Amino acid sequence: MALFNRTPRAPLEYTRTLWMRSWVTGVLVFLYAPLVVLMIFSFNDSKRNVVWRGFTTKYYEKALSNDTLVEALINSLTIAAFATLASLVIGAMAAIMLWRFRFPFKGAVDGTISLPIIVPEICLGVAMLIFFAWIEWPNDLIWPLNLGAITIAHITFCFPFVTMVVRSRLASFNKEEEEAAKDLGASEWQAFRDVLLPHMRPSLVAGALLAFTLSLDDFVITFFTSGPDTITFPVKVYSMVRFSVTPEVNAASTLLIILTVVLTAVALRLQGTKNLAVSH
Amino acid sequence: MAEQDWQADKKAFWAVSATPLLWTLLFFLVPMSFVWLYSFGSNVGLTDIEFSGTLDNYKRAIQWLYLSIFVKSFGVAALVTVICLIIGFPVAMALTFATEKWRPWLLLGIMLPFWTNLLIRTYALMIMLGSNGYANRTMGWFWDSASWMKSLVGLQPLPAWEPIQLLYNNTAVVLGLVYVHLPFMVLPLYSALDRLDKSLIEASLDLGAGHLRTLLRIVVPLAMPGIIAGIMITLIPALGAYLTPDLMGGTESQMIANVIERQFKRANDWPFGAALSFLLIYAMFILIAVQSIKPKKRGEAA
Repeated sequence: MALFNRTPRAPLEYTRTLWMRSWVTGVLVFLYAPLVVLMIFSFNDSKRNVVWRGFTTKYYEKALSNDTLVEALINSLTIAAFATLASLVIGAMAAIMLWRFRFPFKGAVDGTISLPIIVPEICLGVAMLIFFAWIEWPNDLIWPLNLGAITIAHITFCFPFVTMVVRSRLASFNKEEEEAAKDLGASEWQAFRDVLLPHMRPSLVAGALLAFTLSLDDFVITFFTSGPDTITFPVKVYSMVRFSVTPEVNAASTLLIILTVVLTAVALRLQGTKNLAVSH
Repeated sequence: MAEQDWQADKKAFWAVSATPLLWTLLFFLVPMSFVWLYSFGSNVGLTDIEFSGTLDNYKRAIQWLYLSIFVKSFGVAALVTVICLIIGFPVAMALTFATEKWRPWLLLGIMLPFWTNLLIRTYALMIMLGSNGYANRTMGWFWDSASWMKSLVGLQPLPAWEPIQLLYNNTAVVLGLVYVHLPFMVLPLYSALDRLDKSLIEASLDLGAGHLRTLLRIVVPLAMPGIIAGIMITLIPALGAYLTPDLMGGTESQMIANVIERQFKRANDWPFGAALSFLLIYAMFILIAVQSIKPKKRGEAA
């Protein structure tokens, strides 16, 4: 074990210094302690959060039998699924466009496509509110069509992230491979499907994970886009946190944290831990 | 290899370009231009807005009441960024110099909270900081221990521990923003440090510079693009943050995003809210412009 390794420290082995280790440990404690406490106390048999009164799963039962909460979660997952799918297609297309072609006003187009990444959420939320009010988007559609406005808003801010990730992957593509395929008789589409797409795959997985997380995470834009009757998980949790703190929120939050961890594990399985940094 | 001219293969170009271009135009540029137009409008009656081309909204926005909130938001965001930089730099160093075996796990450790829902993270921090939360209880425990130690050596014990108000003030907002933005800072720092040629550090150490001097004279200048990227990537979302100041701040700790929200949801003054939104967007543009000028100057000097 590294901890008991007594070989002298080489100059660059900063991670073996005590202060560095305590610093990193401190930061990890800072990042995780609140989440761990939240998860542990979701099993606490007490209305007030901090004193342990015995193990219970009753708040999970409460959360899962809370219809609006479950509906909100299903809405969020549905929106995230549609937004991810659309963002993946649009984002990959934009990445290919910017990587492959030279066209007039390319700089302006490039800038505009990445703009939703830097425009503050609140401004984008406000823009969506005004836009959907202006075109008089109907509020009373049946499920899942009533999620349309939110899904559109989510695609708008998710796909530029996919473009960013895919584009950095495309930079390492050797165009000669594609040309070789075409020389050997592949059509444009075949060359795309059999040569370019496999090369893009890790970035598509990373992009999908990123889009899904961003969509599931979003509160502000949804807050402005949702009609009076459509509610998503973050919006529901927000009103629960805001107006009545109940241990149900801990239980629901724990479920979502577990979902995040599972999704991350799946993504890591699919693309390996080495590519982790790509997905930020 | 050179990019292909779009006219050489118009069909392929439009096949990949039509959807993203149309989407950006329809669902990003058009909504943004509505906000822009609204910022020059005025309320007529209860729900109608007239595009009168007035500058009144901007005049109102640069009154001291709102300008001070802008200045304060910027101050809070800058403070958060500095704290994130100080906390995050050693973590990025640790990531860079970690062994092959540990690095992915350390990276995952930093990334996982970043993937966790922002609202849940904010809520979790609120539980910790509440007047009955663990932060207060830990401090109370230290206080009581100190009190016990004092009485042990025959001094007056300290007065009983009073829980301190950790939530609903400016400190809570700063702490909350640091908590949620820290991964934003660590990742660009790490990717810059990782690309750094480590033999330069070794050379510096071999030539007799100490670790601190090597850090300040070699590592920091070489990692500067990453540091600037980290600063931007933390400063911009922190400046526009809504949720953390809303939930963790008191009435005194509202930031600019909270004021914008109030104009739209409660005050129902959309034109004024639109003007504030665009001032925030202009502030972002200025930040980005300033950042993109700097490296050029550097290049000229070198």
